[in-house]
Amino acid sequence: MTIKETADKISSGKISASENLKKYLSGIDESQAQLNSFISLSKERAIKKAEEVDKISADLPLKGIPFAVKDNMMLEGTQTTCGSKILKGYTSPYTATAVEKLERAGAIIIGKTNMDEFAMGSSGETSAYGPTKNPVDITRIPGGSSSGSAASVKAGQVLGSLGSDTGGSIRQPAAMCGVVGLKPTYGLVSRYGLVAFASSLDQIGPFAATVEDAAIILNVISGYDPKDSTSLDIAKKDYTKDINKGVEGMVFGVPEEYMGEGLSDSIRERVTETVKELEKNGAKIKRVSLPHTKYAVATYYIVAPAEASANLARYDGVKYGYRSDNADELIEEYIKSRQEGFGPEVKRRIRIGTYALSAGYYEAYYVKAQKVRTLIKQDYEKAFKEVDLIISPTSPTTAFKLGEKFNDPLQMYLSDIYTISCNLAGVPGLSLPAGTDSAGLPVGIQLTGDYLSEEKILRGARAIEGLYNKS
Amino acid sequence: MNKEKFETVIGLEVHIHLKTASKLFCRCENIFGGKPNSRICPICTGQPGVLPVINKEAVKLAIKASLALGCRIKKKSVFARKQYFYPDLPKNYQISQYKLPLAEGGHVYVDGEKINLTRAHMEEDAGKLKHTAAGSLVDYNRTGTPLLEIVSEPEIKSPDQAARYLKILRSIFRYCEVSDCDMEKGSMRCDANISLRKKGEKELGIKSEIKNMNSFRGVRNALSYEVKRQTAELEKGGVIVQETRLWDEKKEVTKSMRSKEEAHDYRYFPEPDLPPLEVEETFIQSIKETLPELPRVKVKRYMKRYNLSEYDCGVLTAEKELADFFEKAVDGLTKTDEATVKTLTNWITVELSGKLNVAELEITRSRISSKMIAELVSLIEDGTISGKMAKKIFEIMWDKQESPSDIVEKEGMKQITSDDKIEGICKKTIENHSKIFKKYLSGKEGVIGALVGSIMKETGGQANPQLVNSKLRELLAEKK
Repeated sequence: MTIKETADKISSGKISASENLKKYLSGIDESQAQLNSFISLSKERAIKKAEEVDKISADLPLKGIPFAVKDNMMLEGTQTTCGSKILKGYTSPYTATAVEKLERAGAIIIGKTNMDEFAMGSSGETSAYGPTKNPVDITRIPGGSSSGSAASVKAGQVLGSLGSDTGGSIRQPAAMCGVVGLKPTYGLVSRYGLVAFASSLDQIGPFAATVEDAAIILNVISGYDPKDSTSLDIAKKDYTKDINKGVEGMVFGVPEEYMGEGLSDSIRERVTETVKELEKNGAKIKRVSLPHTKYAVATYYIVAPAEASANLARYDGVKYGYRSDNADELIEEYIKSRQEGFGPEVKRRIRIGTYALSAGYYEAYYVKAQKVRTLIKQDYEKAFKEVDLIISPTSPTTAFKLGEKFNDPLQMYLSDIYTISCNLAGVPGLSLPAGTDSAGLPVGIQLTGDYLSEEKILRGARAIEGLYNKS
Repeated sequence: MNKEKFETVIGLEVHIHLKTASKLFCRCENIFGGKPNSRICPICTGQPGVLPVINKEAVKLAIKASLALGCRIKKKSVFARKQYFYPDLPKNYQISQYKLPLAEGGHVYVDGEKINLTRAHMEEDAGKLKHTAAGSLVDYNRTGTPLLEIVSEPEIKSPDQAARYLKILRSIFRYCEVSDCDMEKGSMRCDANISLRKKGEKELGIKSEIKNMNSFRGVRNALSYEVKRQTAELEKGGVIVQETRLWDEKKEVTKSMRSKEEAHDYRYFPEPDLPPLEVEETFIQSIKETLPELPRVKVKRYMKRYNLSEYDCGVLTAEKELADFFEKAVDGLTKTDEATVKTLTNWITVELSGKLNVAELEITRSRISSKMIAELVSLIEDGTISGKMAKKIFEIMWDKQESPSDIVEKEGMKQITSDDKIEGICKKTIENHSKIFKKYLSGKEGVIGALVGSIMKETGGQANPQLVNSKLRELLAEKK
């Protein structure tokens, strides 16, 4: 079932939103315990919303579509935890712009999905609410940080979901679970109501089973928002319009830096295979170079923790969220609330960020990282003068075992090696399933485009999707 | 001793609240006080996921204030996060401007001396803590109020000059209607950096930073205390420790709050949620056009036009409202020669200001209008009433809020100026005071004064004293 088919059925009255919802809710009842893809479910609220949608006669793009949103997005009256103990029981006082747009388009939000704590992680294992399991193989991680958003779509618990992507947190879990995940251009989707991890990198984007569904969701959630000063004031587009135009005449670049050491052989094979097929279908292939890629992970682990250290300062036990009972005075209350409320990975990144911004280190780390960031942007600008899209693997490996990399942060950080540059530059990227490895695990292919080239990316992705569905 | 050996160097950091309708980054109302936490929203209380959006009106007022100080407005300025933990700061960082401020340069004249400014930048205010027996409470009503911080060069030479500098800033900002600058209400606040150095030395001494001065008097007293403290320390051969000190208004001392080593590392970095603030030249120009005539320019104009002293003009222009009152009064005069305007100036700056002070009223709430005081001065100048009568009339004007001509009419207080009447009165007085008359005849001409006094008393001050004087001389000379 796709969003398109379901919305058509509901719009034409073949099934009501309420009946449809009932099916999905009972599905979740069966699978939630095993997958742990949701942190909270708002079934009653969803049932009410479905009844409201059933009273609307107009066609809506997401009419009655069962939906999930990552638990770092505000939905008034529901809990928002960001996968952290520090926000356990926190009730959203308002609704995020992107989420509000979903509901206005008729989507029925069933629940908030599990995630790495404050979106810091690549496996879902840093969640204070237990890890999410990969529906393809429940002994494996679903990727992260938007773990539950990817898993819930893969498992058919919902038809679409929203995730957030700061260094690959949409694309990497999409690859691990075998679904489509899109990180739009920075500023295309409002961040208002998305709990900030690293403000200059964070971007909300869709998960869906098909490329067309991802485009439908993007149509709904994109657009200028006066509440977000970094949101782009540009004309709305229909991202589904040119989706089936094929790749004839399009130029795909293969970056040498993304195909070398550290990449699993079966993933390299899938990428090479795909490139050949694209060429057969009329695309041109060029080798390109993104020479500063090797600095991307290091740069990211300065910029993102620096911003996070400030963004997460507000969780102090004073106003809301977890407050330690073991403190007698203010400073102690700050320290204990944060010590007890945050998990180890979040604390590690706050420490890195605090260090990088400290007097005497700021120039050497933060300022330097910003300079490298500019070089990475220039790499893309240069590449996109020659090619329409860059094709690469999404992640160096397929889904690994739960616990496998949990105690090796560096190995964990490297699972985002191919996705991080996009965020640093602000360009859009999409991951879609491209077959499996020898163990039958999904392989993800990433398409990266120039600023605001989502139409091109979706068109290229739709073509690749066609290749794999044929075989 | 200080006067011989050391000179004082002071730099001030002044914060003013900008008078906008809403807060700097959200739509909450920007007014003083209110029930605690009644003017708050997810944005100004730092809820997860919120984003700041700059208030254009605040930018306008900040530019207006900066232009009034002669600052250069930067086409591009950048907001930054200033990080420190405190319960009145909901995000535990303050959005401020750091490396690239809104405005640079500029100056203020204090008693003819030019004090240069370093910069002026925008930032958000924090909330307020209230400590009770049951625990500490926080009120976020003030959180997010737009502030402009004006940083001076270390060029202020004395505590007195510091206080006057502040008053001049307040006057300018009130003229521009950008801020109330009420130190009591916290809409104008000030921190000071103060150091001493040996006279003639170029290099600055080690400074202390003084906080918690909540009035002009507090600024003067705290800095005077600091001059004494630092002088004593240096004279006994000690060194000044670089530190932050708090002014204790009750005990009238400054106390060490934290040393340089304990100083915060604010870990500033550019605010990623706000793009650089870019202002166009046309925008700046349009704001420039709204600037009123500023006090310094007004002083020059008054001096040139009315030949008033610089002191008088300074008093008249210190508050825009007083200057407006004066200008309206001048418009109400029947003639505006220098002498008449000088008389008016005295009535406003001495008599009326005195009354207002006693009654604790602002000029805008004066019980005597500009029109009435102009009328009073016109009556004096055309000889209808004497200065002495005018004082009586003034009292009645204040009490009953009646016009001076009505009072003159009702009380029959017109000055006696008719030659016939004066002659009659004089003749009668000479007859009634034969003893004095005899003394006069014996050569004591000074006794005329006694006769004049007697006539003034009899006529209730209504007789014109100059006319009486010359008439008496005339009559006595005849009889000699």
